[in-house]
Amino acid sequence: MISTKDVSMRFGGLTAVSDLNIEIQKNEIVGLIGPNGAGKTTAFNTITGVYKPTEGRVIFKGRDITGQKPHAITRLGIARTFQNIRLWKDMDVLENVLVACHLRMDVGVAASTLHLPGYRAKERRSREFAMSLLESVGLADQAREAATSLPYGKQRRLEIVRALATEPALLLLDEPAAGMNPQESLELMDFIGSIRDRYDLTILLIEHHMQVVMGVCSRMYVLDYGVTIAHGTPDEIRRDPKVIEAYLGVD
Amino acid sequence: MELSTFFQQLTNALSLGSLYALIAIGYTMVYGILRLINFAHGDVFMLGAYFAFYAATSLAMPWWVAFIVAIGLTAMFGMGLERVAYRPLRDSPKISVMISAIGASFLIENVGIVVFGGRPKSFPSIPLFDTVVHLGPVSVLSVSLFIPVITAAILVALLWIVNGTKTGLAMRAVSTDLDAARLMAIDVNRTISMTFGIGSLLAGLGGIMWTMKYPQLNPLMGVMPGLKCFIAAVIGGIGNIPGAVLGGFLLGVLEIMIVAFLPELTGYRDAFAFVLLIVVLLVKPSGLLGKHQAVKV
Amino acid sequence: MKIKRNTLLSLAGIALLVGAIAVADATLGRFSVRILNLSAIYIVLALSLNLLNGFTGLFSLGHAGFMAVGAYVSALLTMSPAQKDMNFFLEPIVPFLRDLQLPFPLALLAAGACAGLVAVVIGVPALRLRDDYLAIATLGFAEIIRVLITNAQSLTNGAQGLKAITKYSTTWVVWSVAALSVAFMLALVRSSYGRTMKAVRDDEVAAEAMGVNVFKVKSTSFVISSFMAGVGGALLGHMITTIDPKMFTLTLTFNILLIVVLGGNGSITGSVIGAIVVTVLMEALRFLDMPMNFLFIKTDGLPGLRMVIFSILLMIVVLYRQRGLMGNKEFNWDDFLGIFRRKGASGAGGRS
Ligand SMILES: Nc1ncnc2c1ncn2[C@@H]1O[C@H](COP(=O)(O)OP(=O)(O)OP(=O)(O)O)[C@@H](O)[C@H]1O
Ligand SMILES: [Mg+2]
Repeated sequence: MISTKDVSMRFGGLTAVSDLNIEIQKNEIVGLIGPNGAGKTTAFNTITGVYKPTEGRVIFKGRDITGQKPHAITRLGIARTFQNIRLWKDMDVLENVLVACHLRMDVGVAASTLHLPGYRAKERRSREFAMSLLESVGLADQAREAATSLPYGKQRRLEIVRALATEPALLLLDEPAAGMNPQESLELMDFIGSIRDRYDLTILLIEHHMQVVMGVCSRMYVLDYGVTIAHGTPDEIRRDPKVIEAYLGVD
Repeated sequence: MELSTFFQQLTNALSLGSLYALIAIGYTMVYGILRLINFAHGDVFMLGAYFAFYAATSLAMPWWVAFIVAIGLTAMFGMGLERVAYRPLRDSPKISVMISAIGASFLIENVGIVVFGGRPKSFPSIPLFDTVVHLGPVSVLSVSLFIPVITAAILVALLWIVNGTKTGLAMRAVSTDLDAARLMAIDVNRTISMTFGIGSLLAGLGGIMWTMKYPQLNPLMGVMPGLKCFIAAVIGGIGNIPGAVLGGFLLGVLEIMIVAFLPELTGYRDAFAFVLLIVVLLVKPSGLLGKHQAVKV
Repeated sequence: MKIKRNTLLSLAGIALLVGAIAVADATLGRFSVRILNLSAIYIVLALSLNLLNGFTGLFSLGHAGFMAVGAYVSALLTMSPAQKDMNFFLEPIVPFLRDLQLPFPLALLAAGACAGLVAVVIGVPALRLRDDYLAIATLGFAEIIRVLITNAQSLTNGAQGLKAITKYSTTWVVWSVAALSVAFMLALVRSSYGRTMKAVRDDEVAAEAMGVNVFKVKSTSFVISSFMAGVGGALLGHMITTIDPKMFTLTLTFNILLIVVLGGNGSITGSVIGAIVVTVLMEALRFLDMPMNFLFIKTDGLPGLRMVIFSILLMIVVLYRQRGLMGNKEFNWDDFLGIFRRKGASGAGGRS
């Protein structure tokens, strides 16, 4: 599904990610963990085109997508959420999702402004799809509320819904459980498992805390100072001395 | 073109360039610390010239007293401007701050028209600046020789302030990260105020020098120099003091030399700066001496 | 049921407005009609700037440049060869332009199209820049346009400008264009494409990540806005009948910006109200600039005092009421009627 080949990202003298080699099969849920500043978000940014990697290639569905624009990469089927929530604050919940639906509507500015019949049909379908997505996370009742007025946990779920609205094949989640209590985190992980099945997704998931992801991930990669220090099943990772050391140094 | 003409033009260019540089420094300092284009900087420049004019004529002060008083007033005005028009908006969207800056600029200009009158005034002659000096084949106004010296002195003084004093350290801290600076118990408001003070002081000085060189005052005299010096600051790398000086010189030399060597382009003179600006923004948006900063996501 | 009521109310409101304009046009004096029509032109211009500033989050200071392009194109295209010969006394006009004369509606479209074309050329480089850099680059381009117009003697008549432009901007023409602009903006802003513009405004990075082609959205907005500015500039030229390069400076852009900010950045209703209020005030306060003779006090008039008041107004709005009159809200009947029911409890509002 997705693989990175020796991807490195340098900012001036700092190497945020070095020689990252990730390989994910269809329908897998894979974790990307590591202490603060390990380069996890930067890895996401190189995959999604926010940064062009200094070195290396990103291959998605057998196709080299290195250095493509973020919106083009999203069109190809990669969607993401942000660690520091980035909802559009002057829009309500439904509109936030509808913007993401726009990508698959394929309507130009003229058809859109003139409200041509083709556009109307697509708009109606988008609304239905958006509402069904919101329903699945229990946000349908708040569809017309300002997105940023939602409590934190719901904002995170809205971000996931928004990403789903682009109809991705690969979903990248950047610390989706941040700021949630353990109970909420567990529910979220269940939810992530369920959307994988319902929408036929492949998921790469960043988490700061190992325990949270152990349950849902089939495999995980561990970064520390940009270097991949381990990868394997949760059990292997738990026992890996390098991982223990990296985490003892931090947590 | 004869060699003597070339040197004549070069002298003019250096003098204009150092004047631009002087004003550009103020832009760059304010931008460096607040990430704000102080659209009113050119109008502060105009005020400096008028303050000096009234001090020297209506109050009949000796010229050097008038200059000192005017520069002091301009600095105070700049600090007041920051308090009234920018400080309340420090956490507002960038567009609001820019609109406030544009509003302040128009306000000063129009108050200028009301108070000073729209008709141009001419500065009384000051022999020290007004004599024609002959250097071999080149003849220039003495003020044209003073300006580069003043700019050089200012540059040295500023580099010392920024890199060698506590105030300068605070300025650099605030410019790198305003919130972090606040956490480190730096008096952010005072530092920003100081920066505006210094920047406006330089604008005032620039305004006075400008009227020595082109002895006509009018309330809109700051508009074009203001825009051009902002451009000079961007060309050099905004936020960077030596960059502003470099940009100022570059712009001055370019303007004079193009008109001197390609007289058919004279009508386009006011567009050079903008063309240069756009080229620089496209080729190296961070300016000649500026550092590139990636946006963090 | 309720929706039907609102539609009826809207239709009635529109009919009332049309009637009011007709009555005003027929009964008011020339000076007042001029103010009325100037308001309509400023509605078009304010909407076009609001599209950039308020809906796409692009801070552009180049509006006067696009207006200049529109004004010159339409003026030159509608003039007869004889009129052109009279204008171009310093240097004759280029022959092909001399003989080219189009009917006003076509010339108006051409004015918009040329401004839009210039926007394409400028937008490709300029829209890579952000915030204040974009502002200063667009300002730069507008100045360059002005310098080019001043120097292209045989195309534009240079600094002398153009005189005796035909007065096509009648009440019906300008108000039709204004109404069309309002309808267009409402349709655009409420469409899926309009939502992507707001997304770009609120958070570009998130928009790009959700598959919005940010550069394309920005360019589209920029070109549409410039088209409207070109049309507005053309109407202005056909109203005051003389244009010259000095008209199209930053001051003109500032006036439009004032309207947008005062009305509310991101509100169509706000731009409409703002345009009318500012235009009427500008004219009503014109006496300030002229010699005055109150009962006892005589002044020679203080040119600039009017602009002082407007600058202060702008500063007050930015400093104390950043959202302007309307915030980013639009007029709707439910809220409007709600005001009366609640006896003026809160302002008109409702999300668009
Ligand atoms: N645009 C940038 N410019 C310079 N340095 C950057 C940039 N983006 C990230 N970095 C640096 O790269 C390193 C890795 O950052 P990154 O955000 O990828 O870490 P992370 O693993 O996501 O950490 P966290 O758990 O805190 O989210 C950090 O040292 C960070 O400061
Ligand atoms: Mg991170």
